[in-house]
Amino acid sequence: MYTAAIFLPLLSAILVGFFGRWLGDRGSQLVACGLMFVAAVLAVPILNDVALEGHGQVIRIFSWIESGALDIAWSLKFDTLTAVMVLVVNVVSLVVHVYSVGYMHGDPSVPRFMAYLSLFTFFMLMLVSANDLVQLYFGWEGVGLASYLLIGFWYDKPSANAAAIKAFLVNRVGDFGFGLGIFGIFFLFDSVLLDAIFASAPDKAGTTLHFLGLDLDALTVLCLLLFVGAMGKSAQLGLHTWLPDAMEGPTPVSALIHAATMVTAGVFMVARLSPVFEYAPIALNVVAIVGATTAFFAATVGLVQNDIKRVIAYSTCSQLGYMFFAAGVSAYAASIFHLMTHAFFKALLFLAAGSVIHAFSGEQDMRKMGGVWKKVPLTYTLMWIGSLALAGVPFFAGYYSKDMILESAYAAHTLPGQYAFWLGIGAAALTAFYSWRLILMTFHGKPRADADVMAHVHESPKIMTLPLIVLALGAIFAGYIGYEFFVGHGMEAFWRDAILVLPSHSAIQDAHHVPAWVKQLPIAMGVIGIALAYLFYLFAPKLPGLLAGRVDGLYRFLLNKWYFDELYDRLFVNPAKWLAHGLWKQGDGALIDGVGPDGVAAATRDLARRASRLQSGYVYHYAFAMLIGVAGLITWFFIGEMG
Amino acid sequence: MHDWPLLSLIIFLPLVGVGFILLIRGEGETQNRNIRNVALWTSLATFVLSTLLWTNFDSSTAAFQFEEKLPWISAFDIYYHLGVDGISVFFVLLSTLLTPICVLASWEAIQKHVREYMIAFLVLETFMVGMFCALDFILFYVFFEGVLIPMFLIIGIWGGPRRIYAAFKFFLYTLAGSVLMLLAILTIFFYADTFDIPTLMTTRLPLEMQYWLWLAFMASFAVKVPMWPVHTWLPDAHVEAPTAGSVILAGVLLKMGAYGFLRFSIPLLPEASVYFTPLIYSLSIIAIIYTSLVALAQTDMKKLIAYSSVAHMGFVTIGIFAGNTQSVEGAIVVMLSHGFVSAALFLCVGVVYDRIHSREISDYGGLVHRMPLYAFVFMVFMMASVGLPGTSGFVGEFLVLLGVFQANTWVAFLAATGIILGAAYMLWMYRRVIFGELTKDTLKRILDLSPREILVFAPLILLVFWMGIYPEPFLDVLHESVGQLVERYELARIASENLALAGH
Repeated sequence: MYTAAIFLPLLSAILVGFFGRWLGDRGSQLVACGLMFVAAVLAVPILNDVALEGHGQVIRIFSWIESGALDIAWSLKFDTLTAVMVLVVNVVSLVVHVYSVGYMHGDPSVPRFMAYLSLFTFFMLMLVSANDLVQLYFGWEGVGLASYLLIGFWYDKPSANAAAIKAFLVNRVGDFGFGLGIFGIFFLFDSVLLDAIFASAPDKAGTTLHFLGLDLDALTVLCLLLFVGAMGKSAQLGLHTWLPDAMEGPTPVSALIHAATMVTAGVFMVARLSPVFEYAPIALNVVAIVGATTAFFAATVGLVQNDIKRVIAYSTCSQLGYMFFAAGVSAYAASIFHLMTHAFFKALLFLAAGSVIHAFSGEQDMRKMGGVWKKVPLTYTLMWIGSLALAGVPFFAGYYSKDMILESAYAAHTLPGQYAFWLGIGAAALTAFYSWRLILMTFHGKPRADADVMAHVHESPKIMTLPLIVLALGAIFAGYIGYEFFVGHGMEAFWRDAILVLPSHSAIQDAHHVPAWVKQLPIAMGVIGIALAYLFYLFAPKLPGLLAGRVDGLYRFLLNKWYFDELYDRLFVNPAKWLAHGLWKQGDGALIDGVGPDGVAAATRDLARRASRLQSGYVYHYAFAMLIGVAGLITWFFIGEMG
Repeated sequence: MHDWPLLSLIIFLPLVGVGFILLIRGEGETQNRNIRNVALWTSLATFVLSTLLWTNFDSSTAAFQFEEKLPWISAFDIYYHLGVDGISVFFVLLSTLLTPICVLASWEAIQKHVREYMIAFLVLETFMVGMFCALDFILFYVFFEGVLIPMFLIIGIWGGPRRIYAAFKFFLYTLAGSVLMLLAILTIFFYADTFDIPTLMTTRLPLEMQYWLWLAFMASFAVKVPMWPVHTWLPDAHVEAPTAGSVILAGVLLKMGAYGFLRFSIPLLPEASVYFTPLIYSLSIIAIIYTSLVALAQTDMKKLIAYSSVAHMGFVTIGIFAGNTQSVEGAIVVMLSHGFVSAALFLCVGVVYDRIHSREISDYGGLVHRMPLYAFVFMVFMMASVGLPGTSGFVGEFLVLLGVFQANTWVAFLAATGIILGAAYMLWMYRRVIFGELTKDTLKRILDLSPREILVFAPLILLVFWMGIYPEPFLDVLHESVGQLVERYELARIASENLALAGH
C-alpha cells in the first residue's frame, strides 16, 4: 500500500511516456488518471494508519550510494508529516490530472503532458517520503526537472523556453546552498540519515564549524545553507524571480506545481528538519524575517499586475512567506496546516483562472476581460470561494490556518516574531485587496474583450468543473476539519515525533491565549481590503489610474516587481556573458594558444614540412619522433650500465 | 578458466581482428561491409570477454588480479607484467564498451579508407586496454604513447577542415609532457632499480626527488586530463575529429591523465602529492569556473561539450587529491560517468552532423518537431551531464563534493558553482538546438534516429540510469583498492604535518 502510493505515478509516467503513441490521447488520460486515482485513494488509509493509529514506518527498497561512512538506501519514511504531504500531493495531483483532460483537449501532445504530470507527482512523493537528505535532494531536483519540462511544455514559445531555463537555473542556485548544507551535515554528523541527524543534533548545538575560513556556529551555518535551497524552491525573496515567469506553462501545471505542491517543498524541508532548526535560533530568526518580508513584498507586487496568472503567482509567493515565518517562530504545525489548506484553495484559484482563460479563448490580461459573471456563474462562484479562503474570511479554510500563523507570530514574543506579525497583518489587507481586484476586473464592469471573444465566452465542460468543485469543498472545509488535529488540542497525538519543538518555543500553545484584538485584526484587515477593492474597481473605476499617476514612481516600482530581474541581469547575467566571451577569445585564444602551442606549432610545422619532403604521410612524422624517444631511452640505459 | 591469460586475450584480440581485416579482399561496398562487420564483431567479442573481468573480480582485496608476468627485456629487468585492481578494471571495460559503439557509430559516416579507419580503432583499443592493465613502467609507457598514434591518425586523416592544425596541436601538447614522464620513469629506475609498479608502490622515494618526479608526471598527466591552462588542444581536437574519434577522446583518452594521478602520483609520490595539492586545487577550480564560462560563449556544439569536459575533469582532479574515500571513489565514478555521458553527447552531435553537416548551434532549432526520439535521448544525456540525481552524473559529482567539503570548504564552495554554470550552458544549448519552431529549410526533412543509432545509444542510456540508481556493483569493486590508496595518502598527510610541526 505504502509503496504503491508512491510508485504508481512513476508507473503512469513510464506507461504513458513511452507508450503514449500506442495508447492514444484517450488511453493515456485513462491510464494516468486511473493510476493517480488509486494512489490518491491509498493516501487516505495511509494517513489514518500513520497519524491516527501511530504506525509510522520506514520501508527500505534497495541500497543506493555506499562509500566509506556514507550509506544511503532508497527508502520510504512514513510519519505524520509525510502522510499529510502524500495525501495533499496525491489528491491535488489527481484533481489536476482530471482537469487536464478537459483543459488540454485538442493539444497535439496530450500523452506527453500526462506523463510529465505523473513524473512530477512521483518525484514530489519521493521528496516527501525521503529518509535521508540525499533522497530528499533527489526528489528536490526531480521536481525541478519536471517543472522545467512543464514550464517549457509549449516549446515553440521562446518565452516559455526562457522561463523554463530560468526556473531551473534559479533553483540550481538554491540547490547550491542545499548541497553545501548536505555536505556540511555529513561533515558534522557523519551521516545523512534523518534519524541519525536528529538524534545527535542536541549534542552538536553550540559546536563550531570552520567554513570558508571562518569559525561559525555549526548548526546555524548548516541550517542557513539548507534554507537557501528552500528559498530557491519556494520562491522566497531574492530567489523568487522564476515563479512569476513559470506561469508560461499550461495552467494545470501552475496549479499543481507552482501553487499546491512543489513550491511548498521548501516549507516541508524546514518542518522536516525541525529537530535541527530548533537548535539554531539565529537561523530560525532569518527564516522568519525572510518569510515575512517575502509575504509583504509579493503582496505589494500582486497589487498592480495585470496578468491574471501572475497575480495568483505573486499571491502564492506571498502565502509561502507566511508559511516560512510560521516555521521561523517554531510554529511548524501551523505552517504545514497552512500548506495543506493553501494547496486546496490556491489550486482552486489557479484552475478557476484556467477556466476563465479558457472562456476568454486564451486571454490572460485582465484589462481585456470583465462583464462576464453572469455567463460563467460556476467559475465565478468558485473564484469567490477560493478568494474568501485566501483572504482568511471566517470559517473558510484559510481563516483557520492563516490566523493561526499570525497569532503564533504574535505569541512568539520575539523581535522577528513581531516583525512578521505586523508585515503579515499588512499583507493580509493587500491579499484581500488584490484578490477582489482580480475578481472585479475579471468578471465585473463593462466587457473589455472584443465582440468575437465575448460571443465565445462559455462555462467550461464538466470534466474541468467537477475537479474544481472537489477543491472548493477542500477550500471550505479543510480548515475546520484539520484545525483540531494540526494545531488544536489533538496536535501532539497527531504529529507524534514528526515535528520537534523545544518546550521553550511554545508559540503555538501560546497562540491560543493571545488578546482578542490579535484574533480580530486579520479579519478586519481582510474586510478593509475587500471594501477598498470594491471602491477602486467597481464604484470609482477612475481611482486606480488617478492614484497610479499620483505616485508614478511607486507604481512603476511595483509594476516592475521591485526591479529584481533588471538588477540580476546587471549583476550576474551580463557580466557572465561578457566574461565568457572575454575568457574564450582573450584567455584561451590570444594568451594561452598565442604564447603556447601556436607559436611552437608554427616552428614545428616548418620542421615537419622539411621532414615530409623526405617521406609523405603523417605516420612518418610520428615514427620519427618515436625514434628520437627510443634513441634517448637507449642512451640513458647505456649511461646507466656504464655508470 | 583462471589459468587463461585473460588480460592478454582482451588486449590482443582486437589485433586478431586487424589481421582478418587485412585479409579481406573484394570490391567497393561489399568489401567495406565485410570490414565493418569484422571490426564490429571483434570489438564485441572483446567486450564480452572483458566482462569476465568484472564477474570474476574479487572485490574483497586491494591486490592486483588476473596477473600475468613474463620477462620481456631481461637485460633491463623489463617485464611484460599485467594486472588490474578495483581502480583500473572499469577503465578496461569502458574502453572495450566504447570501441564497438564507435565502430557502429561510424558505420555510414566513414566512407573513405574504411579498412585503415577500422584498423586504427582496433589498434587503439589494444593500446588503451594495455595501458590500463600495464604493471611495468616501460610497458605502460609504450602503451601510453602508443595510444597517440592511432588517435593522431584518426584526427589527421578522417577529421574536419582544420584537422592538420588540430592533430599537430594535440600531438605537440601530449608529446611535450610525455618526454618529461619518460625522464621521471628512468630516474625512478635508477633509484629503485625496478620498473615493476606494484614493487614501487611499496618503495618510499626521498622527498626532494618526489617533488621533481611529481612535477614531471604532472606535466604529462595535466595535458591529458586536460587541466587548465594546458587544455586548449582539446576543443580543437574534438571539433576536427570525426564523431567516433571524439567519443574515444572524451571517453577514454581524457581518463588517462587522471588514471595516471591515481596510479602513480599518489601511491608512488604521496608526500609530494600532499605538498602539491593546493596547486591542483587552484588549477582545477580555475578550470571548472573558467571553462564553464567559456562553454557558455560557444557557438559550436562540439566545442561546447569539449569545454564542459574540461570542467568535469576539474571535479575529478579535485576529488583525487582531496584524498578521502568519498572524494576518490567519486572521482572515479565521475570519470566513468563522463566516459559514457560525454561520449554519448558527442554521438548526439554526430547524429545531426551526419544529416546536416554542421555543428553550429545557430544552424539548428526546433529539432523536437521532426526528431522526438532524438530529443529524448539528448535530454537524458544532458541531464546526466548536469548531474541530475538518478543519473550517473550525480553520484560522482555528489561524492566528490561531499568528500572535498571534508577536506576544504572553500574548494567545495567554489567547485559547486560549477553545477550552476554547467546547467546554464547545457540547457541553453539544448534549447537552441531542440526547442523552438522549426523554421530552417535544411531541417524540414530531417529524419529521426535510425535503428542503428538507437542501438548505439541504448546501452549508454541503460548505463546512465543503472549507475545513477543502483551504483552499488560499481562502488563495491572500488572500495578495497580505494581504501588502500586513501590509507597510504592519509599516512603521508600525517607525516608531512608532523614534518611541518617539527620545522617550526
